[in-house]
Amino acid sequence: MAEPLPVLEMTGIVKEFPGVRALSGVDFRLFPGEIHALMGENGAGKSTLIKVLTGVYSLDGGTVTLDGKAVRIGSPLQAQQAGISTVYQEVNLCPNLSVAENIFIGREPTRAGRIQWKRMRKEAAELVDRLGLDIDVTAPLSSYPLAVQQLVAIVRSVGTGDSDGAGAGTKVLVLDEPTSSLDRDEVLELFRLMRQLRDEGVAILFVSHFLDQIYEICDRMTVLRNGALVGEHLVSELDQVGLIHLMIGKAMDQLEELHEHQLHADVGEALLHADGLGRTGGIAPFDLEIKKGEVVGLAGLLGSGRTELARLLFGADQPDSGKVTIGGKQVSMSAPNDAISAGVAFCSENRKTEGLVPDLTVRENIILALQAARGWTRPIPAAQRDELVAKYIKALDIRPANPEARVGQLSGGNQQKVLLARWLITQPKLLILDEPTRGIDVGAKAEIQKLVVSLSEEGMSVLYIAAELEEVLRLSHTIGVLRDRKLVAQIANGPEITPTRILETIASGEHQ
Amino acid sequence: MTTTPRWRALTQHHLFWPVAVLVFLLLINVPFTPDFFSIKMTDGHLYGSLVSIVLFGSPLILVAVGMTLVIATGGIDLSVGAVVAITGALTCSYISDQADQSALSAVLLAMGIGLVAAVVCGLWNGFLVARMGIQPIIATLIIMVAGRGVAQLITDGQIITINSEPYKLIGGGYWLTLPFSIFVVAAVVAVTVALTRRTALGLLVESVGGNAEASRLVGIRSRRIKIMVYVFCALCAGIAGLMISSNTSAADGNNAGLWIELDAILAVVIGGTSLLGGRFSIGGTVVGALVIQTLTTTIYTIGVPTQTNLVFKAAVVIVVCLLQSPKFRAKVFGAKFGSGSGAKGGGKPSATPADTAPTTAAAPKMEVS
Repeated sequence: MAEPLPVLEMTGIVKEFPGVRALSGVDFRLFPGEIHALMGENGAGKSTLIKVLTGVYSLDGGTVTLDGKAVRIGSPLQAQQAGISTVYQEVNLCPNLSVAENIFIGREPTRAGRIQWKRMRKEAAELVDRLGLDIDVTAPLSSYPLAVQQLVAIVRSVGTGDSDGAGAGTKVLVLDEPTSSLDRDEVLELFRLMRQLRDEGVAILFVSHFLDQIYEICDRMTVLRNGALVGEHLVSELDQVGLIHLMIGKAMDQLEELHEHQLHADVGEALLHADGLGRTGGIAPFDLEIKKGEVVGLAGLLGSGRTELARLLFGADQPDSGKVTIGGKQVSMSAPNDAISAGVAFCSENRKTEGLVPDLTVRENIILALQAARGWTRPIPAAQRDELVAKYIKALDIRPANPEARVGQLSGGNQQKVLLARWLITQPKLLILDEPTRGIDVGAKAEIQKLVVSLSEEGMSVLYIAAELEEVLRLSHTIGVLRDRKLVAQIANGPEITPTRILETIASGEHQ
Repeated sequence: MTTTPRWRALTQHHLFWPVAVLVFLLLINVPFTPDFFSIKMTDGHLYGSLVSIVLFGSPLILVAVGMTLVIATGGIDLSVGAVVAITGALTCSYISDQADQSALSAVLLAMGIGLVAAVVCGLWNGFLVARMGIQPIIATLIIMVAGRGVAQLITDGQIITINSEPYKLIGGGYWLTLPFSIFVVAAVVAVTVALTRRTALGLLVESVGGNAEASRLVGIRSRRIKIMVYVFCALCAGIAGLMISSNTSAADGNNAGLWIELDAILAVVIGGTSLLGGRFSIGGTVVGALVIQTLTTTIYTIGVPTQTNLVFKAAVVIVVCLLQSPKFRAKVFGAKFGSGSGAKGGGKPSATPADTAPTTAAAPKMEVS
């Protein structure tokens, strides 16, 4: 690629928080008409760099030039006016308004103070059309699935700048984890749009945890580690192994170790029986047995009923048919308490909304489940509490290793570990993990998978849900396959079971 | 201005701004009343402005302490003023029916009746909020409105006056040279702190308020906890009701505790507990209530015309709320006071390193200049 002038150049960027140097002299440049990946583990400084770029944080050192001119970006609005638009993982639009209104919100075409609705709809339709999308701009945004809403957010951001020449205003488009909740087709549609914008000369900064996607769509990447620049590379010149190596430094052998790991064979007696357990609108009645020390993996597409199944086994939702027996005793499952006192623990896929209490400290979050089981009148003695917390912070390598830190400030992987610690100190018999590795970095992912293996070796049963089939295959003794909210097959894992076989089962709905 | 780390740590303490405002308000009085801080001993009783502020602020402190726990669960209790009226009305009407109004057993029984009524109100609120899932502001509005009617029914629409020596003690009497009310308040505050921080109740309350769904999934019996805090809040309001009616030796169903719920909410917010729920501070609330009471006193001592005193009050409240907001402090005083997790009243701290290298998060940052 010839090297034209970069549209954006950040030099020596420094950002400090009380006690933390989040970015120490990071250089970053972005060329027009390229898709550029920002890579790094959680906590490497990706988000901080993006937030500096988009004006959410003010910078403590360094310079930013846009089109060769030094700029100061003091607020997200200034960033937008300068031509830097951002689309976050969560769609920040108004679902109750129409697509057109969402695209033009805050900069509606007006005449004499009144909104020109017709013109707005027409321009929105033209913009959508030009970007090759099939969206009815008069329909409410909420009538479209999340993926389309995300596309609308992108349309909105490239339309920012001036209401006449749509797209002309945006020079830099930042996409922060846009694909984490999209399925394959939706990702392809997003990529098509990204390529079109790239070809129109927009510089796109793309952040994703999916390495395959990076290699599919990106031209160039910048790698950060511990708030410092590690390097800038053309994607074609750096393979995945090399990239991971750059991102995590020296923890490579950890990953390989896991690949070679053999499932332990000594699975014990049945721990949990579900007979005809089901919930209308959630999951069709199913039978499931989980043995002591067994890892049961659930495979299936997003929305196939994986989470719904897990929630029934925890009493998070109330079943309307069937029964559950744990350790020979029937459990009513009318509330999570019933499951918890029977020895079941559940880490939800939604860490923020269903897992952590962000305002509380790491220590408080860790002891919460144990304390809830003891009741409010029997606080855990301070010495015992601190010892337990310190033990699990060390065992799971939670960083910062400060029990007083507010859990909301931790990175995703460390938050996940806090959740794990919370349940592990209750010493459950069955641990349900719903997407425990979603949105966390490679190193933490490997650690959590290793933990699952060693827990099951110690006799704990695990119900493991993950979007990546390889992950499920690597860890599970038995694989439950879900399709259209039905448990369609339960397959004993073995050398002959491959992701393709599982995919075939998902596709056909039965196990051959 | 040079700042040392110690000064910085001090300004970021969650009680710094409420206490600073309180001290400032107290100092304002000195030019107008030079002996403002002096305390005199007369007839074996201590007198002085400071004593009066605590004495007259006692009911508000009680109500606000109860309110703190409700707000920490993410709720709100508008009915406390009505509960004050109901408790006072029941207690006074029972005492007034007695042949000997000063009989200790009768007075204790009357107080018991009043407090039981308060607890019933709290149970009702808790039932509506926790069991029926009604929004707290609506659920407690019912007793806020209807409760005054109930109090009127109890007193037959009259102001019941009583003449009972033992009952007079709670709100108007002295013990060990100090107003007895101060001891009642101290006891309730001590019990509340012990109840929330010596047991796990405080943690569970903060968890329920901080993330209700996560708390359910972690096995916290949040309904039970919510009912408990509404009952506790009503009980505090009931004790305040006893105090107010005792102080005036009368039960006024219409005016006793009127608008005290709003002052209490304000005290909680000034004390640094967020209306969104989660973290709470009993100490902050006590300071907040004292700020409000001092403000009322100050308005009288510096001679603000009565017809404008609400405006004056509003102005001070705005200043306090602005000082509590990290965003505002960052704008006006610069980064020295702005960042960090000092006060929570204004929402989240503005600069939270969500995705930063966390290895040195615990180390204090040294000021360069």
